[in-house]
Amino acid sequence: MIGKPLASIVSAGLSKFGKIEGLYARELFALAAKEAFERCPNIDPKKDVQALFIGHMGESYEHQGHTGATVADWAGLLHIPATRTECACASSGAALRAGIMAIMSGLYDIVMVGGVEKMTHRSTPEVTEFLAMASDFPFEQWHGITFPGLYALMATAHMHKYGTTEEQLAMVAVKNHHNGCLNPKAHMQREVTLEKALSSRVIAWPLKLYDCSLITDGASCLILTKPEIAKKYTDMPVHIIGSGQASDSIGIYEREQFTSLTAAKEAAKQAYKMAGLTPNDIQVAEVHDCFTIAEIIAYEDLGFCKPGEGGKLIEEGVTTLDGSLPVNTSGGLKAKGHPVGATGTAQAYEIYLQLTGQAEKRQVENVEIGLTHNVGGSGATATVHIYRRG
Amino acid sequence: MSETAPFTIEQFYKFMNEGKVMAAKCKKCGTILLPPRPMCIKCHSNELEWTELAKRGKLLTYTIIHVAPPQFQHLIPYAVGIVKLENGLKLPGMIRGIEFEKIKIGMELQIEIEKAQQAQTWPSWPKYYFKPA
Ligand SMILES: [Zn+2]
Repeated sequence: MIGKPLASIVSAGLSKFGKIEGLYARELFALAAKEAFERCPNIDPKKDVQALFIGHMGESYEHQGHTGATVADWAGLLHIPATRTECACASSGAALRAGIMAIMSGLYDIVMVGGVEKMTHRSTPEVTEFLAMASDFPFEQWHGITFPGLYALMATAHMHKYGTTEEQLAMVAVKNHHNGCLNPKAHMQREVTLEKALSSRVIAWPLKLYDCSLITDGASCLILTKPEIAKKYTDMPVHIIGSGQASDSIGIYEREQFTSLTAAKEAAKQAYKMAGLTPNDIQVAEVHDCFTIAEIIAYEDLGFCKPGEGGKLIEEGVTTLDGSLPVNTSGGLKAKGHPVGATGTAQAYEIYLQLTGQAEKRQVENVEIGLTHNVGGSGATATVHIYRRG
Repeated sequence: MSETAPFTIEQFYKFMNEGKVMAAKCKKCGTILLPPRPMCIKCHSNELEWTELAKRGKLLTYTIIHVAPPQFQHLIPYAVGIVKLENGLKLPGMIRGIEFEKIKIGMELQIEIEKAQQAQTWPSWPKYYFKPA
């Protein structure tokens, strides 16, 4: 039996993703909040929004911590409780879950959840260093293992164990770049050919430039209500019917294997159980393609295919926009961009658009059930959420 | 010394400076903890003892890093991997002393230790690395 709604999305907002010069994180968040308020005029921000949960990974980028209060102020929500959640790249997946729990607790009827990151004003080596902070310091960072390096270690292991190819990895980039072209808010709205992706410069072998997500500025948010009151604010709510979150060792070297993410599998198990659904029921998904190998592994961890068959799934075109299970219709982290703290709720924003028929050129026909998969760092955190059209 | 030394990462690297790879062993359930921890993560006991690990192991996976943070810029490109030591515990680290093309999953590697330089900033840990056995 399909699970009952935990909380409902009545509105959502997303800033333009990209190299947004001159805007601070708090200003980017105000843009996302503005869109959410405009989309749902029945919500009176000052009167109705009772709490804010914001995902933000790093104070290093802007030398600015204390993100909750800062963005609440700029979003015109002064004086409500505003709390930052930090789980590296899954920070706003965790904010979404915190918001759901806040609604379910009965403490609040309406909350805003979201995320933000401002990254592009720093140099690539600096960003590489800041991102690496989401991995283990004394053993991984200390020995020069970068964030792409960690996923490269997984890619090498996956290729060795299952025969996954560099071509299959590149196909993920080709697909997501194509989808990004259809998303006016995507950072990179440009097709990439298989040849170009394969011949791009090496970042951490076997991962090349086009296997890596983008360094991006952006913000995202959702307005959540108690399910019973959602229709008071909109005719088209999206219900969240499953929520899962799990953790794993911070160092990937401690894990039993490097070809799947245990935290993602565990979070998915929780979310499917809560939703009363199986992987076969999912019609559209946004998965955490911080690197192309991560999307292949996500297919397997979410049960879209058997372990080791992720490469085949992309090759067969199952996950393209006109395939039977479109994945990353937004362009994903690869082309839409990956402002790390904003990613989790940006994924939820895309599923909200898809399930309410607002995804324009990239709209998938007749979708009622969607899923988001948000991974922190190299898999030490994962959140999975399942959505149903209201 | 080794019996009473705290079961910490700092102490792990102090032993490294003495040329030893040391892990904590739980006296209650026998679990070997690498990195060492103040408490067993299997049974939550804090009755621990130090145990020395063999420096040889097999390469489980690897990558060649071409884009690095500022403090590693001068080394690029460099190889890093995860090695399963003889007792089944794993450590990540750089792989040196071998051409990249010759690195293969499953190959035998051994830990070499470089003593820590007197560091101006935290931390002042030594670097270890792997080389062909
Ligand atoms: Zn024990």
